Amino acid sequence: MIWNETKECMSRDEKIVLQGARLVKTVDRVYHNVPFYRRKMQSLGIEPGDIRGIEDLAKLPFTTKVDLRDNYPFGLFAVPQSEIVRIHASSGTTGKTTVVGYTRRDLDIWSECVARAFTMTGVSKNDIIQVAYGYGLFTGGLGAHNGAEKLGATVVPMSTGNTKKLTTMMIDFGVTAIACTPSYLLHIAETLEENNQIDKIKLKVAICGAEPWTENMRRQIETKLNICAHDIYGLSEVMGPGVACDCEYHRGLHVYDDHFLPEVINPDTLEAVENGETGELVFTTITKEGIPLLRYRTRDLTSISYDTCECGRTLPRISRFKGRSDDMLIIRGVNVFPSQVEAALLEMGETTPHYIMIVDRVNNLDTLEVQVEVEERFFSDEVKELEKLTKKIEHVLQHALGIAAKVKLVEPKSIERSMGKAIHVIDKRKLV
Amino acid sequence: MFIKQLSVFLENREGRLEDVLQVLKDNEVNIISLSLADTEKFGILRMLVNKPEAANGALKRNGFSSKLTDVLAIKISHRVGMLQELLESICEEHINIEYMYALSTGKDDASMVLKTSNLDFAEKTLRAKGVEIVTPEEIADIQV
Ligand SMILES: [Zn+2]
Ligand SMILES: [Zn+2]
Repeated sequence: MIWNETKECMSRDEKIVLQGARLVKTVDRVYHNVPFYRRKMQSLGIEPGDIRGIEDLAKLPFTTKVDLRDNYPFGLFAVPQSEIVRIHASSGTTGKTTVVGYTRRDLDIWSECVARAFTMTGVSKNDIIQVAYGYGLFTGGLGAHNGAEKLGATVVPMSTGNTKKLTTMMIDFGVTAIACTPSYLLHIAETLEENNQIDKIKLKVAICGAEPWTENMRRQIETKLNICAHDIYGLSEVMGPGVACDCEYHRGLHVYDDHFLPEVINPDTLEAVENGETGELVFTTITKEGIPLLRYRTRDLTSISYDTCECGRTLPRISRFKGRSDDMLIIRGVNVFPSQVEAALLEMGETTPHYIMIVDRVNNLDTLEVQVEVEERFFSDEVKELEKLTKKIEHVLQHALGIAAKVKLVEPKSIERSMGKAIHVIDKRKLV
Repeated sequence: MFIKQLSVFLENREGRLEDVLQVLKDNEVNIISLSLADTEKFGILRMLVNKPEAANGALKRNGFSSKLTDVLAIKISHRVGMLQELLESICEEHINIEYMYALSTGKDDASMVLKTSNLDFAEKTLRAKGVEIVTPEEIADIQV
């Protein structure tokens, strides 16, 4: 099933015309309504009239997370506050909050995108779906909720936190779909396993997002629960969940590019990379009213393909994320991303243990130590077993990173958390 | 008849052992026997305590990685060579000793705590040799 065949299967040529028209309007709107963009465009010597189609996209200024913070709270809004019907906010790793606002039309489009995504995963009005993302300032809960309602599915707004109630309702209601983070779903699967309830559920599909996960984790979820697990992507700055999602062929995530115009750029030169090459994902929102963003740098590294998918959609596909451009470390000449360490550690079990990478330079040679918290599930009363674990992690990291890392096991909670989020890198080379 | 040993992961960081002991003290847990396996990178603290379940829970609540493991406690008389004989008989059965440490029961004979591969079989083998196995009740009764 395809929710909106006209838009999702549109020919590339038609799409470009549609995107061009929407881009022109967006540029005109932000130029006149957002002083920040007017100043930026003026300093680049461009006017709205210079943008005639998506071929002119590269002339436009970039927007970064810092710009959003600098214009806290409503500085980048393009409509009067009276037109804003919803606010969402997220606190980044630095602790500063970014705020986004939606008009009623923005919310409609958001629901449309989520409905497309859910349809892509096989969910329809005949399904009962539990939304187990957090409801509130975070876009996950309400975003998934409104999309599922738009689809006409029966929505159970679980939010997070009460796994017992969730599994009971899952069984009693005959829930067929769930939207939540992959790690929470694994926790749910374990709870069901422990209580011998796996064969009592009717779950068919899961739509997971809001955190990085690996193919291995997908397979684990799918076999444990005997379901199909899909990857949904989104970020609150651009909209929330439903910017992209993978179809039944799981060959990358389809981007709804009639609303979010994607680019993949080289984060150093800021030039576009060839299709298929890895770079930083950039979005221009071309229908958003509340807070339209020009060339927003997501910092997520991916590649894009415009080949028509086996599912029939012409929507471009982005690959599973390869890392974050702002986190890249160069160790002994090799590009290393914390997300690679994270993915490698994820292969060790069902969730990522807390870790920190300590990069240093000893005798002009870069060193990498990865400290991993010894959670209960890893702990053994035998020295031999813990040494084996150390070796195993070192081996996995060597494979994933292409460089050797020294692993040190540390006590749980000993790695410093800032605002609830772990700091993953200490680069001591910068301190000297 | 195995005994529940409390094991705790320790980083080689100053004061962590004291922190464990403080948690146990706050929860009125008596330590009957204690042994610290120390490596270059980390340590494993192994203890027999009077209330293993409660102690394990308290440590977890305080953020430690801890667990209960089955171990075997055996009584050995003070006769010279007794321990060596016992270990040899275990070895003959291809049972590996992962670790061992002394346990003071406060009575006349000495006791040893053993963790081996195939603990069931180890117990059988030792019993067949006439070795007396310390029961969990006896452990809980030890006054320190
Ligand atoms: Zn699947
Ligand atoms: Zn597809």
